[in-house]
Amino acid sequence: MITLATRAGSTPKRVLPGFGLSLGISLMFISLVLLLPLTGLFGQLAGLSLAEYWAIVTEGRVVASYMVTIGAAAVAALVNGAFGLLLAWVLVRYEFPGKRLLDALMDLPFALPTAVAGITLATLYSSNGWMGRLLEPLGFQVAYTWVGIALAMAFTSIPFVVRTVQPVLEDLPHEVDEAALTLGASDGTAFRRVILPHLWPALVTGTGLAFVRSLGEFGAIIFIAGNMPYETEITALMIFVKLQEYDYVGASAIASVVLFVSLALLLVINIWQGRFIKRLHGGAG
Amino acid sequence: MQRIGDAPRVRRLLVFLAVALSGLFLLLPLVAIFAQAFAQGVGVFWSNVSNEYTVAAIGLTLFIALLTIPVCLVFGVALAWLVTRFRFPGRRILQTLIDIPFAVSPVVAGLIYLLLYGRTGWLGSWLDGYDIQLMFAWPGILMVTIFVTCPFVARELIPLMQAQGSREEEAAVTLGAPGWTVFRRVTLPNIRWALLYGVILTNARAVGEFGAVSVVSGAIRGQTNTLPLHLEQLYQDYNTVGAFASASLLAFIALLTLVAKASLEWRAARREVHA
Repeated sequence: MITLATRAGSTPKRVLPGFGLSLGISLMFISLVLLLPLTGLFGQLAGLSLAEYWAIVTEGRVVASYMVTIGAAAVAALVNGAFGLLLAWVLVRYEFPGKRLLDALMDLPFALPTAVAGITLATLYSSNGWMGRLLEPLGFQVAYTWVGIALAMAFTSIPFVVRTVQPVLEDLPHEVDEAALTLGASDGTAFRRVILPHLWPALVTGTGLAFVRSLGEFGAIIFIAGNMPYETEITALMIFVKLQEYDYVGASAIASVVLFVSLALLLVINIWQGRFIKRLHGGAG
Repeated sequence: MQRIGDAPRVRRLLVFLAVALSGLFLLLPLVAIFAQAFAQGVGVFWSNVSNEYTVAAIGLTLFIALLTIPVCLVFGVALAWLVTRFRFPGRRILQTLIDIPFAVSPVVAGLIYLLLYGRTGWLGSWLDGYDIQLMFAWPGILMVTIFVTCPFVARELIPLMQAQGSREEEAAVTLGAPGWTVFRRVTLPNIRWALLYGVILTNARAVGEFGAVSVVSGAIRGQTNTLPLHLEQLYQDYNTVGAFASASLLAFIALLTLVAKASLEWRAARREVHA
């Protein structure tokens, strides 16, 4: 008996050519460029005993760098969650002069090289920079403190939140607003009870991506951080310092922690995102 | 019809907040780059930019970007074709794997290449026997740049090609068109703008990569210094105006990237209206 189970387009019957060629190119590239280099890291670590590995990754200065990195990244991600939500809302819901410019400006942190962002922020917020001159008399020291680190992280990762929330807000039907307002809810209540639950998954995804990016950021931070051991030294710099001391084993051990944490977080975000959002629109990633 | 947050007072407050904060947080740094670069006049800017080491850094940066783009283009198109036109086991894993460069810290990216291809790595020591040194030379810079930029083209193409489906291509094949003709005449016209934007993003990241490149470059002035590494050295030497002169060149490329993105989006929106 024959069953006609194939709906149109659901299972291409490989009429199209190029399966072998595209599979070959993709697999070769992924193996050589993405996976092969990872073997170097594991090769380096294979020579370590578990106790030695543990001693390196829990050394005082290294642990302090985790704290600085995670703390600043968390603050940056939370601030970006609020700021990004505001920007996405304003860009989707309102018309005003200069809106297209503001929209284009959102991608600046992805387009601008991180080292350029780094020296610019450091110059702006140092004691004789445009911002530093205003803030320091008020008692706010930004450059060479963890606030500066969080600022640089927030700068490089703000597009993640805006560009993740924006399309979801655009697709939200008018009826959602109307229903809430007809029932007599105030703007604030309606936003909190009706809009926010729709945006929540996208907001968490965007904030999560911003957090992961901040954990690994290097170029934008090192200029403004001051890089004082135990106080304003980020983990990425810790790896760099070990490399400059030719301590490849130490660098690899710390790098493996960073690598593991960021891959695990990415996986969690991917699963979360797959459950709630069918497709995230492009953007620089 | 009324929508949430439509009251004029709320609207004005939120727009004001968004514009003011973006101005302070995003626009001010951009202005500061050019203000610093030209702080001592156009003459000093020009002598900074035409300085022998800066010119060498510009050359190396463009050379690396020029080699990176075709590699990423071939990979991106092949991967997008593979995962959107065929169904096979492991398809989703492939799509997850290409996100690795986005999750990996640039310093870690540089490190894993250094460990493998450096003198102490298993591949590096073997190559060393043939007197081939990849690290602390331009091939190393090229390799890590390809690593950090390879997802961009694929990421732009996959959602688009998925949405477009493969009906048109299947029709062309059924009518007897050979594979390459189908790709050139049917697929390419449909994806050319996304392809272009993918290339622009790849280029922006390739010229600006800092963390990964600084690990594998060795930063030899006039030889293995890319523009971002060059401006770092100038900045560390307290030559702020010189550093910002180089930075302004990169910021200019970033501005072109933003303009290109805005105009491509505008074109796509206009076509949607016409359709």
